[in-house]
Amino acid sequence: MATGLTKRYGMTLAVDDIDFAVPPGQTVGLLGGNGAGKTTTIAMLLGLLIPTAGNIRILGHDMARDRFAALARMNFSSPYVALPQRLSVAENLRVYAHLYDVPHTGRRIAELAAELDLTDLLDRPAGQLSAGQKTRVALAKSLINRPAVLLLDEPTASLDPDTGDWVRSWLERYRAESGCTILLASHNMAEVERLCSHVLVMKRGRIVDRGSPAELLARYGRDDLEEVFLDIARDRVRETVT
Amino acid sequence: MIRPMIRQSARRIWGLLYRHLVLYRRSWPRLLELAYWPTLTILIWGFTASFFASRVGSTAAVLSGMLLGGVLLWEITLRSQMGVAISFLEEVWSRNLGHVFVSPLRPWELLAALVAISVVRMLIGVLPAVLLAWVLYTYNLFALGPVLILFALNLMAMGWWVSLGVVSLILRHGAGAEALAWSVLFALTPFSAVYYPVSVLPAAVRPLALALPAAHVFEGLRALLEHGTIAWGHMAWACGLNAAWLGAAALLFMAQFRAARERGALLTMGE
Repeated sequence: MATGLTKRYGMTLAVDDIDFAVPPGQTVGLLGGNGAGKTTTIAMLLGLLIPTAGNIRILGHDMARDRFAALARMNFSSPYVALPQRLSVAENLRVYAHLYDVPHTGRRIAELAAELDLTDLLDRPAGQLSAGQKTRVALAKSLINRPAVLLLDEPTASLDPDTGDWVRSWLERYRAESGCTILLASHNMAEVERLCSHVLVMKRGRIVDRGSPAELLARYGRDDLEEVFLDIARDRVRETVT
Repeated sequence: MIRPMIRQSARRIWGLLYRHLVLYRRSWPRLLELAYWPTLTILIWGFTASFFASRVGSTAAVLSGMLLGGVLLWEITLRSQMGVAISFLEEVWSRNLGHVFVSPLRPWELLAALVAISVVRMLIGVLPAVLLAWVLYTYNLFALGPVLILFALNLMAMGWWVSLGVVSLILRHGAGAEALAWSVLFALTPFSAVYYPVSVLPAAVRPLALALPAAHVFEGLRALLEHGTIAWGHMAWACGLNAAWLGAAALLFMAQFRAARERGALLTMGE
């Protein structure tokens, strides 16, 4: 849950006094164009970035005072943050298993490798993988500690449609089976529509609309979220802050 | 409650140490690179010492001991400093800091891991040079006795606080400050009294030299070789100065780490 969350860099207001809550076990989408404030918001939720103002509570912990207790039960994946390229896939996963104090490391890595179709890649250096393979390894890293809260920043960016669809199907199944809470930042409208039960639409650092995909479609009288996104991005409707 | 916390901390520190050790296990050029400069340095200074010894006469053994002891002990500082700074830079270059800092790894655990890595790197780098000095010049560093441990610990500690300063500058200025990882200690070498006593320096720069723990360690080395006595006063100064500098460097690191979290630099560093 975030209240009054604000991030200012000098004169630039990157995130402007936003409030939201992510219901447990749900997938919530953070939708917005480039520079809308999605990545900044996620970085603040992860403790990588100190907010200028506002509070964040995750899994009952105040992130300003007790972030390490929450971070042990969270994880994160982004195509913009890499894993060491010269380490093999198994070595990378082993490093993060140690960092998250995962018991039975070998067994956990084998489980994830089987689930994400990585078994044949375990001994390959991470730097020699294709974009799709890297995405699956990044997902495996983000699931190594069986997180209760998973933050995904554009998880299917730069993937071909087939691989992107595979990742989305896998995330759907994983959330249903694990009960994990997922916050997904994306500007892939189809992805958000498919995966998310609730959507927060960001623009210029503010949440300008929110609701379920169906509610947003009805509110804007559109057939898909892409059209809703374009309406908001091009100011074709009056911004309604809810 | 305390024991699981200590175990978890130890495991996180081991996780980062493991990340670096597997790189060295797999790559012999990396191992060779660690020992390259210390080996080259001892070869050059060893032959120089041998040449002087052939000219100087009865004081040659003491002078050679001072020179070779200085070379080998200063390498401990250099390798310890580079071990911390370059291992941190490895995380920056691989754009991995974002993942590391969203894990439950505490900043002090990161520093502990970097120090552990630096000890491994220092041993791999310096031990071959120590062996070479013994084989080629019959110079046995271990003949200094147990006080060698005190010398080495103080010199390693100096390498660590200097590298903490370098890491703080990297957090402040990004990879643009990375050249300091290689160069900063060389700038301190003239004032560290490695090869000559502090009294040789101009009076104006002696306070600077005496503020560096290394100068006290090397004064102690010379006292031991020349008079066979341990200069406990210099050792006390070295320990006290290291404690003060380590404290100051830790405060600087924590301030720059917080500033990096305010600027969002942990996500973008290395890009």
